[in-house]
Amino acid sequence: MRWIKTVFGKRPHRWALAVVAASAASLSGISQARSAPPAPPGPAPQPALAPPAPRFVVVLDASHGGDDTGGRLGDEQEKAFTLALSVRLRSLLGARGIQVITTRESDTNLDPNRRAEIANHANAQACLSLHASETGSGIHLFASSLAPAASNRFSAWKTAQAAWVTRSLALAGVVNSVLLHADLPVSLGRTTLATIDSMTCPAIALEVSPTRGPGNAITADLDDPGYQARVAEALAAALLEWKTEVHQP
Amino acid sequence: MGVALWNQLEHAHQRLLAGEDSASTKAPEVAPAEQATLLVANDNDNSLITETQSLPLPQDAESRARVILGKLLDLYAASESTHPVSGGAGSVAQVFLLPASSLAAETPVPPFPAGSLGLPCRPPGQPYKPMDEKVPCASEPKSNGHKADANGPQLAVVNLTGSFAASHPSGIEVETLTVQSICATLHANLPRVTEVRFLVDGQRRATLAGHADLTRTYLTTDAIPAAGPHP
Repeated sequence: MRWIKTVFGKRPHRWALAVVAASAASLSGISQARSAPPAPPGPAPQPALAPPAPRFVVVLDASHGGDDTGGRLGDEQEKAFTLALSVRLRSLLGARGIQVITTRESDTNLDPNRRAEIANHANAQACLSLHASETGSGIHLFASSLAPAASNRFSAWKTAQAAWVTRSLALAGVVNSVLLHADLPVSLGRTTLATIDSMTCPAIALEVSPTRGPGNAITADLDDPGYQARVAEALAAALLEWKTEVHQP
Repeated sequence: MGVALWNQLEHAHQRLLAGEDSASTKAPEVAPAEQATLLVANDNDNSLITETQSLPLPQDAESRARVILGKLLDLYAASESTHPVSGGAGSVAQVFLLPASSLAAETPVPPFPAGSLGLPCRPPGQPYKPMDEKVPCASEPKSNGHKADANGPQLAVVNLTGSFAASHPSGIEVETLTVQSICATLHANLPRVTEVRFLVDGQRRATLAGHADLTRTYLTTDAIPAAGPHP
């Protein structure tokens, strides 16, 4: 097995399976050849190996949970809203063939370090920290306020995101564009949030607020199922768009 | 005898009148009114708007910073505020100005003043422990190698009250705007302030109201809005 690791790097199992499948195919070819007339001599045909599908993983972090209820959203708590949005988004992304890893699936306590650990182990191409608030209007997108830094083999835990800030800003740009296209009001900003500051992936924090019209009157509230569905659908579309951008040569 | 009594009565009357003349009839002005620049947060478009206010400002820089931030928080506490946060001027307990360290914004352990807060503090010489909630006593910054530079950059330590943090609305945008408006307002009026740290009731606190990280040193340059809406 060691030679496989040496040759094929970090994911020998995938290649090992491919090699086993190729061997099986060539063996079956041999058994067929035995029952068929002898073929003219020439170079042995090479089995065609399909290239492995490019990996694309999204981490969804439903903020708060357990004792940490987050902000109050009318009769609801922020921790419940973010969990519901995470579950809905996971289903939508799964239906689009995107692998999703969530930081929590139930009402549990999770500190920012654990959330970042989960995201960093996932080696994801997009990490979304989901939040909700009664203040402001529409969707607030935030990237880390850390100054961009060169990637190092070792980086400080609290500022690990610095090496990814440029990619995170690009992700925020794509999400912003798709949300605007879906007629959702969006604002962009930078913030200091312990969870995303420790993440080593393109990471953004997303805060859902009611939409407001003239005189600050609410036009779509957080408990509006139609609004929730629009936000989730738009986010799924944005991540699909990001996927195509990530995999562009 | 009668004449003497009359004179004494007259003198007493004059003294009484003189006293009435010198009695204060309006509150004394502690300082002349000056222009102060406030960076006022607006929740509706996630922006900081520059506003100029005329208010009496003391000469002492720390007191001046506290008065200016008090005015900013008064605006937030007013009805029809674009960034409603209760508490007002009394929410800023103290502002300390120290020589800014050359350490980066993400440095977890800055030199704090404290002791003077009347709260438990870490005695000089006792090493810092990451989970130690005590801040160094007042004498420590003088003994840790920093030399005050009269024109050098400064670190402002803003000590907020616990009631302000407890009543602050929860949310990334609203908390970030409060922090950024404080940082930008300090820098606009005290240009030497390049770094800001926050305490709540004299103690370090993880977040303002569940989101904005208060364990970091903020660079005022990050909070200054560009032309037009922020960011």
